[in-house]
Amino acid sequence: MPGNDSNQRCVTFESEQLQSLLDAVQGRGYEVFGPRVRDNTIVLDRLSSITELPIGAGTDQNNARFRLTSRQDQAFFSYTVGAQSWKRYLHEPTLRLWNAQRDDGGFKVDANQSLPPKQAFVGVRPCELNAILALDRVLLHGVAADSAYRSRREKTLIVAVDCGVAGGTCFCTSMGTGPRASSGYDLALTEIIEGDRHYFVARAETELGAEILEGIPHSVPTEAERTAAENVVASAAAHMGRTVDAANIRDLLVRNPSHSRWDQVATRCMTCGNCTMVCPTCFCTTTTDVTDLAGEHAEHCRLWDSCFTLDYSYIHGGAVRSSAKSRFRQWLTHKFGIWFDQFGQSGCVGCGRCITWCPAGIDVTEELAALREGNPPGNCPPIRKETPRGNA
Amino acid sequence: MAIAAEKSQPPLHGESLAPALYRVHSIRRETHDSFTLDVRPQNALNTPAFAPGQFNMVYAYGCGEVPISISGDPADHRRFVHTIRAVGAATTALCGLKKNGTLGVRGPFGSHWPVDESAGSDVVVVAGGIGLAPLRPALYRLLAERQRYGRIVLLYGVRTPGDILFPRELKQWRAQFDLEVHVTVDRATSDWQGRVGVVTTLIRKATFDPNNTVAMVCGPEVMMRFTLLELLSRGVPADGVFLSMERNMKCGVGLCGHCQYGPTFICKDGPVYPYTRIASTFATREI
Amino acid sequence: METLERILAEHPFLHGLARPHLELIVGCATNVRFNPGQFLFHEGEEADRFYVIRHGKVRVELFTPGRGPITIQTVDDGDILGWSWLLAPYQWHFDAQAVELTRAIALDGECLRTKCERDHDLGYEMLKRFAQIMQQRMDATRLQLLDLYGNSR
Repeated sequence: MPGNDSNQRCVTFESEQLQSLLDAVQGRGYEVFGPRVRDNTIVLDRLSSITELPIGAGTDQNNARFRLTSRQDQAFFSYTVGAQSWKRYLHEPTLRLWNAQRDDGGFKVDANQSLPPKQAFVGVRPCELNAILALDRVLLHGVAADSAYRSRREKTLIVAVDCGVAGGTCFCTSMGTGPRASSGYDLALTEIIEGDRHYFVARAETELGAEILEGIPHSVPTEAERTAAENVVASAAAHMGRTVDAANIRDLLVRNPSHSRWDQVATRCMTCGNCTMVCPTCFCTTTTDVTDLAGEHAEHCRLWDSCFTLDYSYIHGGAVRSSAKSRFRQWLTHKFGIWFDQFGQSGCVGCGRCITWCPAGIDVTEELAALREGNPPGNCPPIRKETPRGNA
Repeated sequence: MAIAAEKSQPPLHGESLAPALYRVHSIRRETHDSFTLDVRPQNALNTPAFAPGQFNMVYAYGCGEVPISISGDPADHRRFVHTIRAVGAATTALCGLKKNGTLGVRGPFGSHWPVDESAGSDVVVVAGGIGLAPLRPALYRLLAERQRYGRIVLLYGVRTPGDILFPRELKQWRAQFDLEVHVTVDRATSDWQGRVGVVTTLIRKATFDPNNTVAMVCGPEVMMRFTLLELLSRGVPADGVFLSMERNMKCGVGLCGHCQYGPTFICKDGPVYPYTRIASTFATREI
Repeated sequence: METLERILAEHPFLHGLARPHLELIVGCATNVRFNPGQFLFHEGEEADRFYVIRHGKVRVELFTPGRGPITIQTVDDGDILGWSWLLAPYQWHFDAQAVELTRAIALDGECLRTKCERDHDLGYEMLKRFAQIMQQRMDATRLQLLDLYGNSR
């Protein structure tokens, strides 16, 4: 892994300088967002000082369980992810797409978009970084690009932080998305605490990232510091709370729409949609139209949606996926399976949020293992490679 | 890392999710719950070109957008013709529009019937209920270049005689010697002189060469399932059967996720699919 | 001129039937013709024949008090009409009325039943072929019951 960094700018800086880094980012006109402790959990919010970071906070995560814990040290980034993901700042939970105004018997449409400010994400975990890249693939590179997403994404600076601690529901190593940030960031930091010394080994992937590092007091990383950074990540990799056998997982799911396991999980799934709301790659949206009382003004809004609702698959007469089984199957099969057909990659980044936040304690890794049990490889339709049709 | 700003990206349908404004030129009642709207661009002379089988996202002020197939003649660029069944808030609002009323249109979107690809073959068009609407543009094209095709057969099933769409055109088509048209109803009224029975029973009797036939099918999913069985048992090859699928749809351009059908998105990979592409999905329930 | 034998031999219903069996069937066949409005049979009457429709259209109806005749289905060119001749008590369950000028071949039920009893191979062939017609009718009826195009899917 470290070999990849040969052409990257790599520096060491002491933990006190993290504020300088924050200042340098803010000084370039970015609104900074990062993790904070609030309401006994980790949330994402505006950040002006490193003192607002979850200093000394750890997390205890398991099926349907999330607890903050206190660490003995002053680590900034030793928590594992909370319910919120960065998706909310790129693919907003609610968005007004356009307005319509009554006019001369008909109506007019106003679709002027306000330009979003420059934003910087500090503390993006490798799994989350991969989630952002997955959203890029979905929302920017299909038959049409999502212009709202693009305008925000184009102005986003990413400071990733490698994981030194794995959470109880983490499985990024299984999905190949962590615990070290491999690419897609401006800056990536590894936080190291050795006795009394607390420092970061940082690498820049972009010019902007390198420029920021250049502006803060730093040194050239020693061999020992590089090794320490590798050890931090290796320790996280060795302590994953969950694993998934991802080999041929797409075929496994595509081949098994009638597996009895779907019936079992359906007895537990409450179709609440929590998993889709916390998932950093779930991108589905619905639209809703609101008018003022006089009907003079109408707004066409977009909201996050979940494939677990009945409305999601409603066509005149009824919902196509009326059973809990079919909706859970749709979600899991899409996330781990047919996402490959659609976007050439998995839709899961192994962050474990869906396991932590499922009120019924359903564990996707357990469900996938159960589907695989006694299920030898068989024939299934191949992934279709083709150019988009239509719009003729 | 930010992504690079893309400036050279060609404009695509749906790039902007705002609709273009259209005005109702005329509206005609087809059945007790279906209307055909002729709508024309408010700020342009011509509509975008469309291919038979494609659809538009049609916006009713304050009610929302719904996917509606285009039922007019693809050679006519002055108007979009939409045949709409009033089943929800938006479709009811659209059907309630008056002449000169305003509506929004985005599109056209989606795949199309293999009209050009069917040259030299017999073409069997099987429609159920409102499913005739997305097939009518294909029929216009087939008949406009009649000599390019072998036999052309239209099999149309509806619930009752009052549900028959486009009766005047059907009558005209029936009178043509180069087109075999059969209409059947599930429930007859006492004055009905035509066929009674489901549309699938017509497939056995229609005149076409199964080995050299393209079938275009649109109707309720169950109707398409049984139609497919009849076509296959008559010997039409699986890759000669094309089906138009329907799912919930919010954006029309593959971003909202709603219209997923197996590994595909109906809005961009469909609505018209060769059966072979969706065979495994087609057989799965609640997919 | 087309003979009864040739018409029957070429009909898909009897396709592939052994020659001697076909001859036995032809022995029970006669040409018939119905004018528009004329009934082929009425509910409750003795079912003594079935029809191979050559040209025309026939309504199969059920008469209900207050609503009059309800058309269940229509049969036309090439269709087989009637299987009540095959099963006791050999009574028609529906009315059948020609909608337009209809030419058909009528096959005598009693004649056929006797021959089928005597020659079980023929009986088996006939049952197989009628079972298929029945299956098609039942599938079609089930689809009709679904009310495919109604508001609820």
